[in-house]
Amino acid sequence: MLDFPTWKKAWLWAITLIAALAALPSIFAASGYDWPQTLPDPEVNLGLDLAGGSHILLEAEPEQVAAQRLENMEESVRSLMANAEPRIRIGDVATNNGNLSFLLDDSSDLDRAREDLMPLVNGTGLIREWDLTVVDGQRVVLTPTQDGLETAVSQAMESATEVVRKRIDALGTREPTIIRQGDTRIVVQVPGLQDPDQLKDLLGQTAKLEFKLVDQNALPSNVAAGIAPPGSQIFPYVEDSPFAGTSLAVRRLGGIRGDNLTGASAGVSPQNNENVVNIQFDTQGGAKFAKLTTENVNRPFAIILDGEILSAPNINEPILGGGAQISGSFTAESANQLAISLRSGALPVDLTVIEERTVGPDLGADSIRKGLLALMIGSIAVIVLMIASYGRFGVYSTIALFFNVLMILGIMAVLNTTLTLPGIAGFVLTIGAAVDANVLINERIREERKRGRRVIAAVENGYKEASRAIYDANITNFIAGVLLFLFGSGPIRGFAVVLVVGLFTSVFTAVILTRMWVAGWLRKSRPNDLNI
Amino acid sequence: MKLLKLVPDDTNIKFLKVRWPLFILSVLLMIGSWALVLTQGLNYGVDFAGGQEIRATFTQTEEAPIPELRETVSALPNVGDPVIQRFGAANEVSIRVKLPPEAESDPEYAAEMTRQITDALRDGHPDVRIDGVDSVSGKVSGEFREDAVLALLAAMLAVAIYIWIRFEWQFGAGALFALFHDVSITLGLFSLFQWEFSLQIIAAILAIIGYSLNDTIVVYDRIRENLKKYRKMHLPDLLNLSINETLARTVMTSLTLLVALLPLLFIGPESLFGLVIAITMGLFIGTYSSIYTAAPILIWLGVTSNSFVPEETEADKQERKARGQA
Repeated sequence: MLDFPTWKKAWLWAITLIAALAALPSIFAASGYDWPQTLPDPEVNLGLDLAGGSHILLEAEPEQVAAQRLENMEESVRSLMANAEPRIRIGDVATNNGNLSFLLDDSSDLDRAREDLMPLVNGTGLIREWDLTVVDGQRVVLTPTQDGLETAVSQAMESATEVVRKRIDALGTREPTIIRQGDTRIVVQVPGLQDPDQLKDLLGQTAKLEFKLVDQNALPSNVAAGIAPPGSQIFPYVEDSPFAGTSLAVRRLGGIRGDNLTGASAGVSPQNNENVVNIQFDTQGGAKFAKLTTENVNRPFAIILDGEILSAPNINEPILGGGAQISGSFTAESANQLAISLRSGALPVDLTVIEERTVGPDLGADSIRKGLLALMIGSIAVIVLMIASYGRFGVYSTIALFFNVLMILGIMAVLNTTLTLPGIAGFVLTIGAAVDANVLINERIREERKRGRRVIAAVENGYKEASRAIYDANITNFIAGVLLFLFGSGPIRGFAVVLVVGLFTSVFTAVILTRMWVAGWLRKSRPNDLNI
Repeated sequence: MKLLKLVPDDTNIKFLKVRWPLFILSVLLMIGSWALVLTQGLNYGVDFAGGQEIRATFTQTEEAPIPELRETVSALPNVGDPVIQRFGAANEVSIRVKLPPEAESDPEYAAEMTRQITDALRDGHPDVRIDGVDSVSGKVSGEFREDAVLALLAAMLAVAIYIWIRFEWQFGAGALFALFHDVSITLGLFSLFQWEFSLQIIAAILAIIGYSLNDTIVVYDRIRENLKKYRKMHLPDLLNLSINETLARTVMTSLTLLVALLPLLFIGPESLFGLVIAITMGLFIGTYSSIYTAAPILIWLGVTSNSFVPEETEADKQERKARGQA
């Protein structure tokens, strides 16, 4: 037990020092010094609760993706049938229970219709996206397949994540973390942001921009009552508009979407000093926009953002340049925000903030300062108690504790894990476990001496007999830690990480390192008695 | 140098003499705790109840205008019953509003509440600084509750199984019971005092479980050792001996942890207070339970020395006979 050949000592010291050195960049950073850039710099990430910042969890409704997909399918089917040669006449187009169904005017068109629909039904990927069934030889029913839906949700989330990233980058925040979580969630973590409201506004804005013709034949009384004429639908004005509270009926078809943009910027209208957003269509979008405005001069069209009308200007003349100006009672800030949203593209699905945690940088720094001070005082008290109780052995325990803390930080840095506030509780428990290991060993040595064993035998037995309980206790805690990590959420995980890392280093420093030091001392000075 | 000895040599306290009354007391406390938790409930923080909590500092005043804030915030639509209290210094407040039950399925309710309250704060007080926001929708808080229960149960069961394998089933059962005891009484205290119960407290309970387990294993290890050593000793005496032999270690470890925790409790960050006070209480509960629930259970579950001495098989017996004859 007490035999330490040189190679073993070299190994133990190497492990200790490497792990402890890895902690240095974190300690430098925490105390405000610069770590030389030429050296590798693994660093413990500080959780947002310590470093300050915002954690925002966004969620999409998969049903919304399904509904949007169904709507797109309806449009595609209508245009496919209308553009067939000769035209396939259909009627009674209905969407319910997530299915799309329509009636063929002439049942002899069935085979042609089926053939035309095949590319849509089969999709572009490896999986079939829709099931096509025919009822009574005349009614075609399209049902989305489970695989197709899942793929659609997954794709929507992927592009939503990309849009979120673009928007956050546009705000110019430092080192944001944006990760998809589960099937329908996105986690956004932005360090050091004092006011996350702007960010939340930006992420909450779907930015689906549409230009649709106002249905001038709709009766105002019907519109007010929410009854849309056939082929039209009703949209309300936005809250900030002078027409807030009223609605307009717009034509369902024949409008264009604002998703073919090459640019968007906030500006001020030279005519009336109003805040506006200038948008620039790409070639395809510009051509569509030109066509729309050319065909509808002197009619009003509604500019609709996320299901609400911003404004409904009159088309005075065809707009051919591919650029347009959107007015809508903006403030400078909201115009800028809309410009950012439009530049980054519309979110393919609405995102809702379902969890927000923000810690101001001051509070985080305050927590660290107070926490460190308390830990320091606590450590001094522990050291005094250990040395007063176990003399030389207490000194070894103290040095082991010092390396233990460094090694935990070092290993966490190399593994690139995050230290959170609950992690500090894990730290306390781990250090408690390490101290306990030394207490167990030292008490056992005392006991063995009391029973009359000679010095070497007492130390050997002390380590041997105490180790059993130490290993059992640490392995059980390790099992608990791993399970906590697997099943727990956020803060519990932060606790578990420190616990698991700390158990290894505690056993290593408190049992193995101290034994090496004690053995070295016994070999060198060969004491006849132990003061313990 | 004369070294400090907290427990004198040859201490022999008859711990187990009072095992019955104390065990009954423990069971009553456990029942009482669960009765409290089930009737009065836990004061869930926003993590588990959903809702929002804002911490703010009024940078230009000595004292936060709490009564005025209470009026302003209560007057907001959909906010209901806010809990507004000092948090740290006199000019720092926390404003906590739980999600009303009917809003649990509304994912945007909590975020909307947060927005209303921050806007109201900023409108009335230009000097206000928002230090922290926790806003949790009903869906997320429901998941937190499930995750916490699952993590606790899984961890407790797994360690019981490990102890069963390493020791004997009686020890596994005893350790599990002791852990259940510790968790129950901690929950009971949180219910009794209506301290805020948040995810952090779950981390604290985990620390308590870890510490209590450590303690239980140390006592069990000594019992195992003594069972092998003194095969004829009366079990209660043997347990008493084991507890006394490990007493110096128990006291020393508890004391070192306590001196490490107290500074955190008194000068540590406010946000850690709940966690640290839970661990500090758990320190006492866990030490107590290792002695008065984990150990006596072994008597009732009928642990014997045979548990750790391999039984003689038929082959062994014949071999012994053969040797005897030879």
